[in-house]
Amino acid sequence: MEKEQDKILNDITQGEYKYGFHSDIEMETIPKGLNEETVRRISKKKNEPDFMLEYRLKAFRHWQSMKMPGWAHLKIPEIDYQDIIYYAAPKKKPVLDSLDDVDPELKETFDKLGISLDEQKRLTGVAVDAVIDSVSVKTTFKETLAELGIIFCSFSEAVQEHPDLIKKYMGSVVPYSDNFFATLNSAVFSDGSFCYIPKGVRCPMELSTYFRINAANTGQFERTLIVADEGSYVSYLEGCTAPQRDENQLHAAIVEIVAMENAEVKYSTVQNWYPGNKDGIGGIYNFVTKRGICKGDNSKISWTQVETGSAITWKYPSCILKGNNSVGEFFSVAVTNNHQQADTGTKMIHVGKNTKSIIVSKGISAGKSNNSYRGLVKVLKNAENARNFSQCDSLLLGDRCGAHTFPQIEADNPGAIIEHEATTSKIGEDQIFYCNQRGISTEDAIALIVNGYTREVLNKLPMEFAVEAQKLLQISLEGSVG
Amino acid sequence: MLIIKDLHAEIDGKEILSGINLELKAGEIHAIMGPNGSGKSTLAAVLSGRDLVSVTKGTVLYKGNNLLEMSPEKRAHAGIFLGFQYPIEIPGVSMINFMKTAINEQRKAKGLEPIKPSDFLKLMRDKKALVDMDSSLTSRSVNEGFSGGEKKRNEIFQMAMLEPVLAILDETDSGLDIDALRTVANGVNKLKTPENACIVITHYQRLLDYIIPDRVHVLYKGKIVKSSGKELALELEEKGYDWIKKENDK
Repeated sequence: MEKEQDKILNDITQGEYKYGFHSDIEMETIPKGLNEETVRRISKKKNEPDFMLEYRLKAFRHWQSMKMPGWAHLKIPEIDYQDIIYYAAPKKKPVLDSLDDVDPELKETFDKLGISLDEQKRLTGVAVDAVIDSVSVKTTFKETLAELGIIFCSFSEAVQEHPDLIKKYMGSVVPYSDNFFATLNSAVFSDGSFCYIPKGVRCPMELSTYFRINAANTGQFERTLIVADEGSYVSYLEGCTAPQRDENQLHAAIVEIVAMENAEVKYSTVQNWYPGNKDGIGGIYNFVTKRGICKGDNSKISWTQVETGSAITWKYPSCILKGNNSVGEFFSVAVTNNHQQADTGTKMIHVGKNTKSIIVSKGISAGKSNNSYRGLVKVLKNAENARNFSQCDSLLLGDRCGAHTFPQIEADNPGAIIEHEATTSKIGEDQIFYCNQRGISTEDAIALIVNGYTREVLNKLPMEFAVEAQKLLQISLEGSVG
Repeated sequence: MLIIKDLHAEIDGKEILSGINLELKAGEIHAIMGPNGSGKSTLAAVLSGRDLVSVTKGTVLYKGNNLLEMSPEKRAHAGIFLGFQYPIEIPGVSMINFMKTAINEQRKAKGLEPIKPSDFLKLMRDKKALVDMDSSLTSRSVNEGFSGGEKKRNEIFQMAMLEPVLAILDETDSGLDIDALRTVANGVNKLKTPENACIVITHYQRLLDYIIPDRVHVLYKGKIVKSSGKELALELEEKGYDWIKKENDK
């Protein structure tokens, strides 16, 4: 019986990563290595105003004094920051007037990923900003959005076109000195998306950024900044994939969200960076700082994430609930298989009165992977009537994986109500057999159980994404019966 | 329909079945009785394809095919249904979703289109009425928080939904009060046709007051030691299993 179980567990090999191709696109890169000169060259390449260069240099100098944090429940091999290319861009200059100007190879890449850059063909009404390696190659529906006063463009373009907004909001939620990876990003970030929703405007379509790492030995450092002005609403999607490579690649991004009075921002991520092969070779190191501030009263920020990729994930999308009656939400499904490691969770900082937060975290571990939830709920002294509800569930497949929960609660206001629930369960062989006996195959049985388990979170995703996420979960767990 | 010849099987290296011979024809109900540990559930496990049990010798033919080579789900597709002695809870998966997936998988195996939602709902309603099942149970997760009796009733409900060719009921009567027992038996009787067959595994005679078997077999120490008509069940009830034990342990 034990042998049989071993055999089943050893079959955890079939979950193929279907985005593992890479495209031969002519690239322009800055040579490997990180020093002040690298930072200056990136800034120069992007033709940035002085304030940006100064920001980068300040961050770089600070970074040199920092050490990589060691508190996460992760085994991170030493990273040689001098062995990384910090800037890679498709050679054909991506200032595009029409789609015909896009490198056909590049277009094909995005077609393969199922992301059409062709607006005419899109029925779903999702505006896409496509970022490949270090630069944004194309933003769709820009003009339609502009009619409503919505700015949706690449970060570089925003630096040129809307320097005041960038100056005002960049680093206002995640300061350059925030943490090791955020500081590194602040020094070398290359592109990303910028989005501004003016007062009282409800963004009529989903905005989406699609990140793709293509070049070898290259790190991706993008940043996203979303500003929702008073009474506005936007739903934002982020998707990520990378080619299958034997070496580890670094991805250190920053996402900042600012929600003013009565504004609501919904941020959804389906993260599917290459997770490495079944022996744990290769894969993306995903060290991301995501944070939003509910600045005005009655504002709301909602994070939804489905994390299936990356060799290592280190990520804690957080909310600072500054405005009175503001609401922060975090819904997460994190899957780890084979040798993947994930340390993910959230921080909810209650500052204003009557602030509310909800945390629903669903971890799924399979293979020899480790999956940790790490969360902080902090209620400051003046946050009267703060409420939090947290639910952290772990699902184990097999007996060689691990699930860990590190919830932390700090309440400085005696009126705070904080609830925490946690469960750990295992997909048992007897459950699988029960399904088998009714005619449901093992793969379908796992999908059925996992879908049931994650439904609460997947329901929060926009329709199109939810379907993709469900498929993704299935692929990620293929063959991982315990 | 089912021909078992000289079946030997073991769990973790310990022989549990030591040469079972049994033949079952369409339209028949066979009862398998025996004291605890005689191998009744192991036989059910072998027939349904549970991999905890390894067959060391013998053959099982089902409709002329080698049953032992088929995966559990293939067997289900071919019409074999096991009513579990201890039905499994699957949190987060609703009964409706579970049943729909099961039915559609079985239809797929037969090359049929998925069932129409309206047909499915009607089927659910009819079969729930047949086994007198509480309507709210089907909107809950599979067996989660069901009472012992509800779980057993749910097994019969699933059987009614899937309309198996060969149903194996593993101690479906244990833990049931007399009313539930009657309903369960009633369900089984209503589902009986000349084309299908049923193996009722039971410890006590009382289920056989309601389900009349064509044959009764007594299993002891991994072997069928007595086979006869339905009167054997009554004789067992009267004399107890000691009678069988004495006769065979001589």
